[in-house]
Amino acid sequence: MTDIALTSVPVDAPALPKSRGYLATVGRRLRYDYVTLVFLAVIVLIAAAALLAPLIAPFDPLKTSMAYRLKPIGFRNFLLGTDELGRDMASRLLYGGRMSLLMGLTPVAVASVVGGCLGVVAGFFGGRVNTVIMRTVDVFYAFPSVLLAVAISGTMGGGVLNGLIALTLVFIPPICRVSETATTQVRHLDFVDAARASGASGWRIVVYHILSNVAAPVFIYASSLISVSILLSAGLSFLGLGVTPPTPDWGQMLANLRQAIYVQPLVCALPGIAIFVTSLSFNMVSDGLRQAMDVKS
Amino acid sequence: MWFYIARRILFVVPIALGVTIVCFSLVYLAPGDPMQSLMPADASKADIEMLKRMYGFDQPIPVQYARWLMRALTGDLGLSLQTNQPVFTEIMRALSNTVVISGGAVLLAFGFAVGLGTIAAFKLGKPADRVVTGISVLGVSVPNYWLGIVLIIVFAVQLGWLPATGMGSKGSEGFDLTKWDQFKYAILPIVTMALVPLGVIMRSTRSAVAEVLAQDFIQMLYAKGLGSFAVMRHAVRNALPQILAIMGLQFGYLVGGSILIETIFTWPGTGFLLSKAILTRDIPLLQGTILVLALCFVLTNLAVDLLQTAVDPRIKRA
Repeated sequence: MTDIALTSVPVDAPALPKSRGYLATVGRRLRYDYVTLVFLAVIVLIAAAALLAPLIAPFDPLKTSMAYRLKPIGFRNFLLGTDELGRDMASRLLYGGRMSLLMGLTPVAVASVVGGCLGVVAGFFGGRVNTVIMRTVDVFYAFPSVLLAVAISGTMGGGVLNGLIALTLVFIPPICRVSETATTQVRHLDFVDAARASGASGWRIVVYHILSNVAAPVFIYASSLISVSILLSAGLSFLGLGVTPPTPDWGQMLANLRQAIYVQPLVCALPGIAIFVTSLSFNMVSDGLRQAMDVKS
Repeated sequence: MWFYIARRILFVVPIALGVTIVCFSLVYLAPGDPMQSLMPADASKADIEMLKRMYGFDQPIPVQYARWLMRALTGDLGLSLQTNQPVFTEIMRALSNTVVISGGAVLLAFGFAVGLGTIAAFKLGKPADRVVTGISVLGVSVPNYWLGIVLIIVFAVQLGWLPATGMGSKGSEGFDLTKWDQFKYAILPIVTMALVPLGVIMRSTRSAVAEVLAQDFIQMLYAKGLGSFAVMRHAVRNALPQILAIMGLQFGYLVGGSILIETIFTWPGTGFLLSKAILTRDIPLLQGTILVLALCFVLTNLAVDLLQTAVDPRIKRA
C-alpha cells in the first residue's frame, strides 16, 4: 500500500473550496442528516410537552379516583387510560417527563463541568497531580455504573437530590478520563509551546488553547451519557430510590403499575415506552452529532 | 510476558484497596449515626455501648477502617440485620444464581452479536449494516427493566408459555439448568439481560471486523482465490481477542448491575439481595454485597486482560 501514496498524487487537484468555520461545517452536515433531525425534533417535542405540562395536561396528575381505577386506553376522557389509583395516565406521563428530563440532563451537565475540569487539571499539570486524580478515578471505575448509583443513593436514601448526587458521581470518572486524554494529547503540541514561548500564562493557555480542543470530545461523550442517565435515573425511581411519590416520574410509574400487568397490560407498558423513546432519541442525536463534529469515539 | 502478568496482578491491589475504602465510607454516607444503621432500631442503650466498643467505633476512623478490612479479608462482613445470618454466606448463596443468568445472557448475546456484527462489517453502509446498527442502538436504548415487564406480559400473562417470576419449586438449592421445568424460569431473565450486551458486542464486532477487513492480507486472501466465507473466517479470527475482551467486560457489568432485572423477575441473586437490603435499610448486607460485587468486577477485568494476553500471541506487553 505504501507505493500507492507515491503514485496517486492528484495531478490537477481541484481548487479547495473556501473554508467555512468549524461550527458552520458542523451545521451544514447536520442539515442533511435527516435521521438526526427527526430525532432532534422528537426531543424538542418531548421537552416542550414536559415544560408545558400544566397548560396541556387534561387532568390533575395527582387527583385520584377510586371509581376510575385502571381504565383502558381511550376510556371516556382518559386518552391513555388511568393508573392503579385512578389518576389520568396522559397527564401523569406529561408531568413525569419533567422529572425524567431533569434527572437525565442535570447529572450529565454537572459531571461534564466537574469531570471536564478535573481531567484538564490532571492532563495539563501531569506528574503527581495527574496520579492523584486519575488513580482516584480508577477506583470508581471498579464499580459498574448501576451498582455505584444504587450503592450511593441506596445508602443515602431515596429522594431527587440524592439521586442527582449519585448519578453525578457516576458520570464524573468517565468524563474525567475523556477530558484527561484529550488534554494530554494537545498539551505537547507545537501551538501550545508557541503560546507559552510568546509569554501566555498557564491560565490563558488552558482557557484559550486547551479548552477549545477538549470541549468537543467531552461534549460528544457527555451527550452519549444522557441516554444512560435517563435509563439509570428511571431505574433508580423504579427501585424506589430517586423520585418519591406522589410526584409522577416514568420509572416510578412503571414500578407502581407492575402489579397491574394482569389487568391493563397496555397501560402498564406506557411509561416504559416514554423512557425508551426519549433515551433512543438522545442516543441517535448523540451519534449524529459525533459524525457531524467528526470526533472519534 | 510473565513480568507483565505479575505487574498487572500487582496493579489490582491499590484498586481493590480503593474499593474497600469506598465501601467502608458507605456506612458514613447513611443518614444518622453509623451505629444506628448497623443495629436494629430497638437495641437498648447498654447493648449499643457494648457493641460500640466491640466494633471499635470509639476508635479513630483509620483504625476502624483497618480493623474492618482485616475482618473483611477473612470473610467476616458482619451479620445481616434482618436474617441474623452472616452476610458473607448470604452473598455467596446469591452470587451463583446471578452468575447463571449473567453467563447465559452474555453467551446468548455473543452468539447473535458476532454473527450479525460480522455480516454488518462485510456489508458496510448497505441495508444489512443499517439494520444491524439499528438493532444495536435499540439494544442500548431500551430500558431493560421495562422490556422484562413486556416479556412477562407477552410470554407469561398472554401466552402462558413461561413462568413470570421466581426460580421454581426447587429454589436456589439444587437449581439444575439441565432440567426443563427449572430451566424455563431462567429463560426470560436471560433474554432480557442479553439485550444490552447484544447491542454493545454487535457494535464492537462490526468495527473490529471492519478494521481487519481494511488490512492488506485480506486482499491477499481474495487474490489467492478464497471464497468470501473463508475470508470471513480469517477476519473473525483476527478480531476475536478484542471481541472476547468486550464480552468479558459485559459479563462483569451484568453481574454487578443485575439489580433491576432480578427485582423484576424476583430472581434470588445478588441484585435481589441488594434491593432487599435497600428496602429494609440493612446496611451491613448492603455494604457487603456492594464490596463483593465490585471486587468481582475488578477480578473479571483482570481475568479478561490476562486471557487476552494468553489468547492473542500478537500482544507482547513489556
